[in-house]
Amino acid sequence: MYNGKEKFIKLIFTVLAFSSLLFLLGIIVVLFKESFPILKNIKIFDFIFGIHWYPTHEPPEYGILPLITASFWVTLGAMIVCIPLGIGSALYINELASPRQKQILKPTIEILAGIPSIVFGFFGMLIVAPFLQNLFNIPTGLCAFTASLVLGIMAIPTVTSLAEDALSFVPKSFKEASYALGANRWQTLVKVIIPASMSGISTSIILGMSRIVGETMTVLMVSGGSAIIPKSIFDPVRPMTSTIAAEMGESAVGSEHYHALFAIGLILFLITLIFNVIAEHISKKHRVKLGLNR
Amino acid sequence: MNLVKKLFMTAIAVTCISSVSFAKITLEGSTTVLPIAQRAAEEMMDANDKIEISVRGGGSGVGINSLIAKKCDIAMASRSIKDSELQKAASNGVQPKAHVVAMDGIAVVVNDANPVRKLSKAQVRDIYTGKISNWSEVGGNNEKIVVVSRDSASGTFEAFGELALNKAKVRADALMQASNQAVATTVKNTKSAIGYVGIGYLKGLADVSIDGVNASVETVLSGKYPYSRPLFMYTNGLAKGEAKEYIDFVLSQDGQALVTREGFVGLK
Repeated sequence: MYNGKEKFIKLIFTVLAFSSLLFLLGIIVVLFKESFPILKNIKIFDFIFGIHWYPTHEPPEYGILPLITASFWVTLGAMIVCIPLGIGSALYINELASPRQKQILKPTIEILAGIPSIVFGFFGMLIVAPFLQNLFNIPTGLCAFTASLVLGIMAIPTVTSLAEDALSFVPKSFKEASYALGANRWQTLVKVIIPASMSGISTSIILGMSRIVGETMTVLMVSGGSAIIPKSIFDPVRPMTSTIAAEMGESAVGSEHYHALFAIGLILFLITLIFNVIAEHISKKHRVKLGLNR
Repeated sequence: MNLVKKLFMTAIAVTCISSVSFAKITLEGSTTVLPIAQRAAEEMMDANDKIEISVRGGGSGVGINSLIAKKCDIAMASRSIKDSELQKAASNGVQPKAHVVAMDGIAVVVNDANPVRKLSKAQVRDIYTGKISNWSEVGGNNEKIVVVSRDSASGTFEAFGELALNKAKVRADALMQASNQAVATTVKNTKSAIGYVGIGYLKGLADVSIDGVNASVETVLSGKYPYSRPLFMYTNGLAKGEAKEYIDFVLSQDGQALVTREGFVGLK
């Protein structure tokens, strides 16, 4: 009797554990199935390297290079904002903060993670964009730079909290050994602690990156939405995610436009998949290196 | 056993009654008309739970073709029916009958600080397609024009493309905004911007006269304002039964209030 009950519970948990796999598979199948019909009418080369995105024009043009470059530049810009701030905060919290400061800082950064992205979008559109517009005297504040700045701020908590975890995994003995050899605090940090946690820090950066690439609502509101290959960081851009969000609702199911949007989704999925695989790979290496192979 | 039988009979009875008393109408077509149709459908279903109305988008052409194929009861359209479609309908024994349900007017707006208050149709077209890119070319300050447009998937974008641009492409570096409100906010915040919005969104913005006519309820209703057009619902022959009830509701005082609330111009 007892054995039967246990088996039953085990079965339930097995099903639960594998259900996410099922969802993932379902999503992948649908993505592929709905993306491929676009290749009937458009060559894959023209789709990926075409520079005109006029999906509702007659005749329509589906070139997503402007969208890909937009996602790329916005992500790069956001990384420039969030890596120094995110890693810097993690180092401060781990190395320098008094226990009291730590008690305030960590939860505050985690609250930042809990702010819905649409609120960041509002903030970017109504406050940051007009401010930057006046500051730099640019024609419009809705541009790649604003999007990068807001997204960079959004990704700080992801980077900080993962990087801080990585730093705290460094065994205390490493630090003690370094001090014992006469190294000062700075030398210990740069020569011992950071190298030891480097792969964990890289993981945090990559996961922050995949959050930025996939972010939709905020970029839809602050990036301006012009499907051009940006010539400067103050040009308005149209990243892949916001294109899907803005157009999916209006495209007729089964139309060419609909399939094109799915194909963009597929490309986006593949990009974040690559990021995640790299992150997983690096973090495995990190655990082995520190003897934390769990 | 008896109980099971009873339950079974009841189930059948319920199914019969509901299938008899549920009237179902289907609307299909223009995404511009869709918000009006959707709102009206919701209001009608709230008031009368014996009626079921489903509203689908797809575009004016899709809606009219669906009406011709007798796959929907009412086709929504943001343009009048074409001759080719009328012929096809006739050969299928369908007689499309037009009902004008609202007027659509799109106002061209600039920032309050911009001195330009009038443009010609040709100038608007040149600004939006990229031929004109500095305000000094149309009598304003020496500033780069920031072109603001609705997103390419919206019905307003489509309408503006037809009415103002003769279906030419909007310049690729135009800012594409997801809603009327977003266009309005962007133009309010950007000194050298030009945008277009439904005439319900003019507050706080300077509207520009087009060929000497300002957008207003009167000029849109009279058809004097160039960027205005009627919105249609088509039925097969004169509307009857639930379809008539529905169109009568849209044309009623309450229905036209919904039209205004959705940013269009009511007929009354």
